[in-house]
Amino acid sequence: MIIASNVSKKFGKMKVLDNVSAACNKSQCIALIGPNGSGKTTFIKCLLGMVVPGSGFITFNEKNIIHDWRYRANIGYMPQIGRYPDNMTIAQVLDMLKDIRKSKSQQLDEDLINEFNLPALMNKRMSTLSGGTRQKVSASLAFLFNPDVLILDEPTAGLDPLSAEILKEKITTEKKKGKLILITSHVLSDLDDMITEVMYMQDGSLRFHKSFEELRSDTGEQKLSKAIAQVMKNN
Amino acid sequence: MKKIIKYVILDILRNKIVMSYTVFLLIISFSIFNLEDTAGKGLLSLLNIVLIIVPLVSIIFSTIYIYNSAEFIELMVSQPIKRKTLWLSIFVGLAGSMSLAFFIGAGIPILLFEFSATGITMIATGILLSIIFVAIALLASVCTRDKAKGIGVAILLWFYFSVLFDGLVLFILFQFSDYPIEKFMISVSALNPIDLARVLIILKMDVSVMLGYTGAVFQDFFGSQWGVIIAGIVLSAWAAVPLLLSLGKFNRKDL
Repeated sequence: MIIASNVSKKFGKMKVLDNVSAACNKSQCIALIGPNGSGKTTFIKCLLGMVVPGSGFITFNEKNIIHDWRYRANIGYMPQIGRYPDNMTIAQVLDMLKDIRKSKSQQLDEDLINEFNLPALMNKRMSTLSGGTRQKVSASLAFLFNPDVLILDEPTAGLDPLSAEILKEKITTEKKKGKLILITSHVLSDLDDMITEVMYMQDGSLRFHKSFEELRSDTGEQKLSKAIAQVMKNN
Repeated sequence: MKKIIKYVILDILRNKIVMSYTVFLLIISFSIFNLEDTAGKGLLSLLNIVLIIVPLVSIIFSTIYIYNSAEFIELMVSQPIKRKTLWLSIFVGLAGSMSLAFFIGAGIPILLFEFSATGITMIATGILLSIIFVAIALLASVCTRDKAKGIGVAILLWFYFSVLFDGLVLFILFQFSDYPIEKFMISVSALNPIDLARVLIILKMDVSVMLGYTGAVFQDFFGSQWGVIIAGIVLSAWAAVPLLLSLGKFNRKDL
């Protein structure tokens, strides 16, 4: 579904992405793992067209994303740090995005909005929200338009245990519907029961991309955190 | 595109600066027209104020607005929206509200007191100047990531166009006064939209005392009719070129 070929990106002199090639397919749930500053977020932003790769290209459903923007209608993106216009309320942000993005045939998925109890906060301005509530808004927006692909950058960071659990449940149900889900997280224990594939990035390059089963048998560990620790030690 | 323009304009209306700018222009225009004994004189005094204030407010407000809507831009870029559409919508929203503010604040008093070809030229140039400086602000803010630097560049640009440029023209004039540089000076005068706007209105008013050096050369070379047309074309280019440059930069910008 998404294929990245030899994507490289430099910020100034620093090489952030170095020849990253990857293929992501339907009904996979991929964990993108790597130390801080290994280029995970930049790679995700490349997929979304927010960062333009220096070289290499990315295709979405066999179409190069450089000349296309409609493909983003199939992606729900939850940023690491959700930044929203300060003087708008939650309701206004939601209405604005619905207004801009909705098509008539589309069913809106407001499960998360209700489960996070956002209707009670609808009239609060974005600038007054706590970090966790912002995350809730970001998560609700990512799932709102029922996209085929979900890209979640540190989804559970800053959420309280209850909300994190709600979000994980939601991710699992969406995965069962056959959607492609791409998650980065440092809380590896969160990922254990949902992922099918693991991508490991370090210093801007993709070290490996294999199925979780394969990683388990390679390292002889059952838990993702232990398996990754093993990999990092051997590097 | 319409939807995004709607949200940009709603956002601009929500912060009260453009409103106060309109009221400020209204007060100034009415008081000037009431102070001077003839409307023609009033128009001339208003011209000098308009040529300073309109570019200043347009460029500073737009630059700060773009930096402040960084979040909005970031949010929109991750949605299925063409970057070109987004950037042009922001431009239309900003240019539209600045022009509207000018039209209500200065245009309506001008129409009331001096409904003539000169008055209408003045309104048209004022609106054109607003649009030009919004475009320049877009270029300044897309080129620099740092907010303080971007606003600094915007202020410097305004300072260059409204103060430094005249000094430079005089400097060149005195240094090369022995040579025939009239034609050269015509192309130099095209380098400053504010100067061009002044020339355009004064050519229309026929007050040659106020023309200044570049204006005199302009009139001499083109005659009034052609002078107005050429100045109008160059002014439009001043709006289009920075806008297109900024669009190109924004299309390749990392957010």
